[in-house]
Amino acid sequence: MPDQLLFAMEVTLNGLMAGVLYALVALGFVLIFKASGIFNYAQGVMALFAAATLVGIMDGQVPFSHLINAIFGTDLHHFGWHVPALLAILLTVVVMIVLAWLVQRLVMRHLVNQEPIILFMATIGLAYFLEGLSDLMWGSEIKTLDVGLPQGINETIDQITFDAFGYGFFIDNLDIVATIIAGVLVIALMAFNQYTREGRALRAVADDHQAALSVGISLNFVWVLVWSLAGFVALVAGVMWGAKSGVQFSLSLIALKALPVLMLGGFTSIPGAIVGGLIIGVGEKLFEFLLGPALGGATENWFAYVLALVFLVFRPQGLFGEKIIERV
Amino acid sequence: MSHCVVGGGASGGRIWNEKKGRARVKDTADSYVTADGRTIGGVVMEMKNITLRFGGVVAIQDISFDIREGEIRAIIGPNGAGKSSMLNVISGFYTPSEGEVWYKGTRRPQMKPYEVARQGIARTFQNIALFEGMSVLDNVMCGRLTHMKPSILSQMLWKGKAEHEEVANREMAERVIDFLEIQHIRKTPVARLPYGLKKRVELARALAAEPTILLLDEPMAGMNVEEKEDMSRFILDVNDEFGTTIALIEHDMGVVMDLSDRVVVMDYGKKIGDGPPDEVRNNQDVIDAYLGVAHD
Repeated sequence: MPDQLLFAMEVTLNGLMAGVLYALVALGFVLIFKASGIFNYAQGVMALFAAATLVGIMDGQVPFSHLINAIFGTDLHHFGWHVPALLAILLTVVVMIVLAWLVQRLVMRHLVNQEPIILFMATIGLAYFLEGLSDLMWGSEIKTLDVGLPQGINETIDQITFDAFGYGFFIDNLDIVATIIAGVLVIALMAFNQYTREGRALRAVADDHQAALSVGISLNFVWVLVWSLAGFVALVAGVMWGAKSGVQFSLSLIALKALPVLMLGGFTSIPGAIVGGLIIGVGEKLFEFLLGPALGGATENWFAYVLALVFLVFRPQGLFGEKIIERV
Repeated sequence: MSHCVVGGGASGGRIWNEKKGRARVKDTADSYVTADGRTIGGVVMEMKNITLRFGGVVAIQDISFDIREGEIRAIIGPNGAGKSSMLNVISGFYTPSEGEVWYKGTRRPQMKPYEVARQGIARTFQNIALFEGMSVLDNVMCGRLTHMKPSILSQMLWKGKAEHEEVANREMAERVIDFLEIQHIRKTPVARLPYGLKKRVELARALAAEPTILLLDEPMAGMNVEEKEDMSRFILDVNDEFGTTIALIEHDMGVVMDLSDRVVVMDYGKKIGDGPPDEVRNNQDVIDAYLGVAHD
């Protein structure tokens, strides 16, 4: 096989795995949007907050230590223990659930039946608040996150492809793990949605609030549940991206990459978020590979948005979004 | 165009028809028997001096009535009489400004609509509130939510008890679907159904909850004569077959008089009549309200 083709295959594979990570972030948006019609601008910051909390708990950092030290003149920084990764993840999940409850209780509950734009503005406020809270609780320096996920080149794939084609593919172990975890997460979420009582309630609330109330569903409960799920998805995305490139402010910007994914996949479809993520991931890598040199490179920065624009023109509801029918 | 039928006259003409089937034959303190042999039990819900205000507007003014087990109870009145407000008070969507709601012998504290639903009070809506994105079967299954126990893990693994429970819930849903003759559309997304069928699906969802009291908000609104007759039949059959207590609001006097055991008449937020249809239709206040005599 010609080298160019082999290289294109490798790029595609890498694109697929990058796409999975985009999809993970997009998934968090879809969950909240479906159930409450809120476009949660804070989803990216939630990923940052979750990852920072996980690092903080694992390292035994004292939360708000700067604040406490400044007020009381103490010199606290660490509890002096290290929490094992699994336990720390569980604790972070608890923190995200508490956060979901607080968001619902203090913000969203007071905005029921408001215009979508007002809810959207509220989530922008929430994003900035969370960003500040994250810095205040755990400090703003770049942290490394190591929950024991394998990293670096996968030797087996490298060896097999080398033997077969005479060209070893470079596939990162972390990407493989992320793909598997994302796959499991999506299947679990869809099973939850389809087969459980809570999943049914969630779909019901997404469809009609009054009707949901009349069959005995508590809207508050469902919204806390949805924000918790989105928090959990944010945690998973935060762990993957954090392990890849460190826990830092730029983590919250991956949310922007999720936007074109959502435009492709539709704001209301879980499978759409996945497929949209994969298309964007593969698309931008292949485009860069094929046309990047001719266009002066760095096409990855804008390709996704242009692709989304094209989709907006021809299929505004996305690939899997519910069809928009308007009667005149 | 030759198939166009003007419906108003046909049903309107039945308003003062004599009817015999559902009159009372025996009357005691805690039960009575109707001429068609149904035994109506004791009071299951009682509204005591209910007043509802929205700012300066009084929607309901000091109204008391009760609903007895197994009966079909109608609330009628002209537009803006406060009927829908009353139904919303019963179902917990509105909280009364004054007065008490008694349910099964105890005073009901202030409750959210979903808590009322969990207590066994199911309802339909005047403007139809269905889960448009779901199939008919899924909608009816949602009516079973109060009968499903939360056990996320076992449900996801689809084993043992959860499976058993799912089967039982599914059976009940199918039974209701058969009963209301909507088998042929059970997999159809609700959004695609015509208005009359949507109304029936909504009834099916409410019925699937096996409610103690079924509240129907204008079940015949916007229907043609044929659909109205179907719906009347279903309401009577539900009452007969499942023994469900039904409280309904209706505009169409003719339909109400044929269906119900007892009728509350409201006008301008006040109760102007209460009793069996025969008694109510001879009540001068009721006749005035419907014929539009000037209020002084």
